Amino acid sequence: MSETLRGQAAIVGIATAGVGEAPGRTSIELLGEAAIAALCDAGIALNSVDGVFAATGVHGLPAMSVAEYLGLKPSYFDGTNVGGASFEVHLLQAAAALYLGLCDVALVAYGSNQRTAGGRLVSLSEPQWHETPYRPRHPITGYAMAAARYMHQYGAAREDLAAVAVAARKWANRNPDAFARGPLSIEDVLKSRMISDPLTVADCCLVTDGGAACVLVRRERAPDLRQAPVYILGAGAALSHRSIAQMPDLTVTAAVESGQRAFEMAGIDRKDVGVLMLYDAFTINTILFLEDLGFCPKGEGGRFVSSGAIDPGGALNVNTNGGGLSCVHPGMYGLFLIVEAVTQLRRQAGERQVNAESALCHGNGGTLASQATAILGTQATL
Amino acid sequence: MVDRSETSGPEARFKAYLAEGRFMIQRGRSTGRYVFYPRIAAPVSGERDLEWVPASGDGTLYSITVNRTRDGNYNIALVDLVEGPRLMSRIEGVDTAPIGASVKARIAVLDGEPAIVFDVAEKATR
Repeated sequence: MSETLRGQAAIVGIATAGVGEAPGRTSIELLGEAAIAALCDAGIALNSVDGVFAATGVHGLPAMSVAEYLGLKPSYFDGTNVGGASFEVHLLQAAAALYLGLCDVALVAYGSNQRTAGGRLVSLSEPQWHETPYRPRHPITGYAMAAARYMHQYGAAREDLAAVAVAARKWANRNPDAFARGPLSIEDVLKSRMISDPLTVADCCLVTDGGAACVLVRRERAPDLRQAPVYILGAGAALSHRSIAQMPDLTVTAAVESGQRAFEMAGIDRKDVGVLMLYDAFTINTILFLEDLGFCPKGEGGRFVSSGAIDPGGALNVNTNGGGLSCVHPGMYGLFLIVEAVTQLRRQAGERQVNAESALCHGNGGTLASQATAILGTQATL
Repeated sequence: MVDRSETSGPEARFKAYLAEGRFMIQRGRSTGRYVFYPRIAAPVSGERDLEWVPASGDGTLYSITVNRTRDGNYNIALVDLVEGPRLMSRIEGVDTAPIGASVKARIAVLDGEPAIVFDVAEKATR
């Protein structure tokens, strides 16, 4: 069963490129820069990559585009695109493909120049005909309706949402690579321009450029490479809907199922997870995922974050890079979660370093539609 | 039952009804369960016996947001029909409305096409 995948593959190279603003560079160029740098980090030659996993906001056939651009002839490839969660899915697919011997070196890669290319969220996503007449603004409309419903159902306040943005900024202020740094208060968030009630511009992720990549090999080879390996202990994915009207309960995401699958495979307790990287496209996300992944009871997330539990030095180390809210968000953020988790587990995180042997990366895509969880660990967790 | 004389699919049928001024939704003959948006089979269970029935038009506001733009503000709503299905729509005549409000459907013209919109059913809820 799924336990056989535990610890069978390891992330041995990571990199980002052009985080923030990368004027004059295209999405595939940023992806390529990150890929080459991640291979260099691992000490693996480009021409030994035989597994390609990619998704972007601009490539309809990403595995083909990436393989050609880098000059690869992969024996296994996967261009699954479920939005920002794609890369946690890719980790699972790559671990399975490596374990089965379908490939030996897997590259997961992403790139986007959406900030300098126009500053708007780019998406290949097809419109839903039963939504189009009402002119929803994707993706914020769905998240705003989830936030409104959550506040109605559980008595959460806008201050609770704001606490998520403030905690993310506190972490970003310890990360020299974060795009948005400087003071941010609850009042600042509340007074920011309202975009889609109850979410202000400060409740929304950044729009940046950026590429990211990671390289995986089987566990037998991992210890011989340049960096301390970070193993895939468990991973799981789940889909609940496509259009927000089809989401059964806007206060409960399919992270409940993806998290359950990942924890079952990993065989670790929630209390042993040292870093939580939760896809914070909007402030409501962090609250929903803390609950749905089992780190606080349903309906308590708002009070939990307002108590300082996710601030630096709080009960949980959440989004230590500053998150999509304050570090980087080039349209699909999922691979940056993985890069930060690996950076922390390698103890290369500088001023924001926490003491952790395992990390959870939770990706989210569409309007809370696709959920994918990956649990990573150091050699000590095997 | 599949009506073989009909060549158009459920999306086109729904829009054709709407153009006639009728808000129709699907219901499984064997299960009695209602389906929206219109599909070729019941989701999950897969029965192909969906028939068209008039929607009551009665619903409850499940959630709502106001999209604020340079060109003006408008709301986007999710409404639970009493028949069960939830749909995206708009609450007309108000900036926004409280979650839980009773709403009533009617057909309006949006961007030149007929579409289902809702009005708040009780005047007090503003």
